[in-house]
Amino acid sequence: MSKFKNKKGGELPAVNTASLPDIVFMLLFFFMVVTVLRQNDLLVKNELPKADQIEKLQKDRAVYIYAGKPSDRYVSQYGSEGKIQIGDKYTDVKNLKPVLAELRGKLAPILQDKVMVALKVDKETNTGIVTDIKQTLRELNMLKIIYITAPGNEIDN
Amino acid sequence: MARRSTPEVNAGSMADIAFLLLIFFLVTTTIEKDKGIARQLPPIEPPTEKPPVIKQKNLFIVNVNKEDQLLVEEKLMEVKNLRQAAIDFLDNGGASSGTAEYCNYCKGKRDITSSDNPEKAVISVQNDRLTSYAMYITVQNELVAAYNFLRNRESQRKFGWKFTEIKNGIDTGDINDAEAEKYKPKMEEIQKMYPMKLSEAEPKKSGQ
Repeated sequence: MSKFKNKKGGELPAVNTASLPDIVFMLLFFFMVVTVLRQNDLLVKNELPKADQIEKLQKDRAVYIYAGKPSDRYVSQYGSEGKIQIGDKYTDVKNLKPVLAELRGKLAPILQDKVMVALKVDKETNTGIVTDIKQTLRELNMLKIIYITAPGNEIDN
Repeated sequence: MARRSTPEVNAGSMADIAFLLLIFFLVTTTIEKDKGIARQLPPIEPPTEKPPVIKQKNLFIVNVNKEDQLLVEEKLMEVKNLRQAAIDFLDNGGASSGTAEYCNYCKGKRDITSSDNPEKAVISVQNDRLTSYAMYITVQNELVAAYNFLRNRESQRKFGWKFTEIKNGIDTGDINDAEAEKYKPKMEEIQKMYPMKLSEAEPKKSGQ
């Protein structure tokens, strides 16, 4: 009755790790695809305020506007007054209109009416600059805005 | 001459290399998650049009000065009390029963000196140009929270689900389109019960 007897003894066979690199590579590719390297080099401080009554931003129709005090390394050059940044350069309030109109032109045609302006404003900025941006947006008839915030609540801490 | 057999490349360290790369990408990845408070700006009105007249009692005035202090209905207030104050105002339902303006779902104090019904109630925020943005967002957040609280309460009572949860589900795609269509009329009904009437006055120049 030794027909079904194990050839070797009762030793545990070693786990085959030959496919481990494959698994790791798969994970690697996932993260490589998901990673977005920052396109916009931030020239302004950008610590977002916290809020919890939030909605999600639909990225395909978004136009980003950054605002805040210039980053530490630019303070000597541009001073510490609040600045607006679009793309990767500073924009003056007066130039805001043509720059925004151009950005809207770059979106897919069907989405141009539904454009959503994402305001990423540093929490230490004065509201005045935001008001100026909003006034310009009204003139351009880009009425949907979203104040990008960090999760949390300012009151709790 | 006998052929030399090519030696096999040792692939044992392949996993290590891959791990190293993996860890690099894990560390550098920031999965972008932009969320925030959405708002619709009012269109620019033709100058000939007269602004609608709003009764004083239907207006809830929130003033923020350049020191980030809050003046609500001419009284100083802490930010943490703003949400409840806004809920009380919106949910007041001051119009007497029997009139067309009577609010039958309001659970407020029915104070005749406060808002008639949620449809008429307008919250007006006025801030100084030197108000900090953090304060501005906090105030907006609290006011939106007040509306969300009331909408959730009514949707829970009428339909058994929470307004904000369903809205979130539709936004993220967790609720498919066919189901979303079913929710839509009910959501509109809730929105109609508590329409978001948040107005922003032109900010004052600092120091005024």
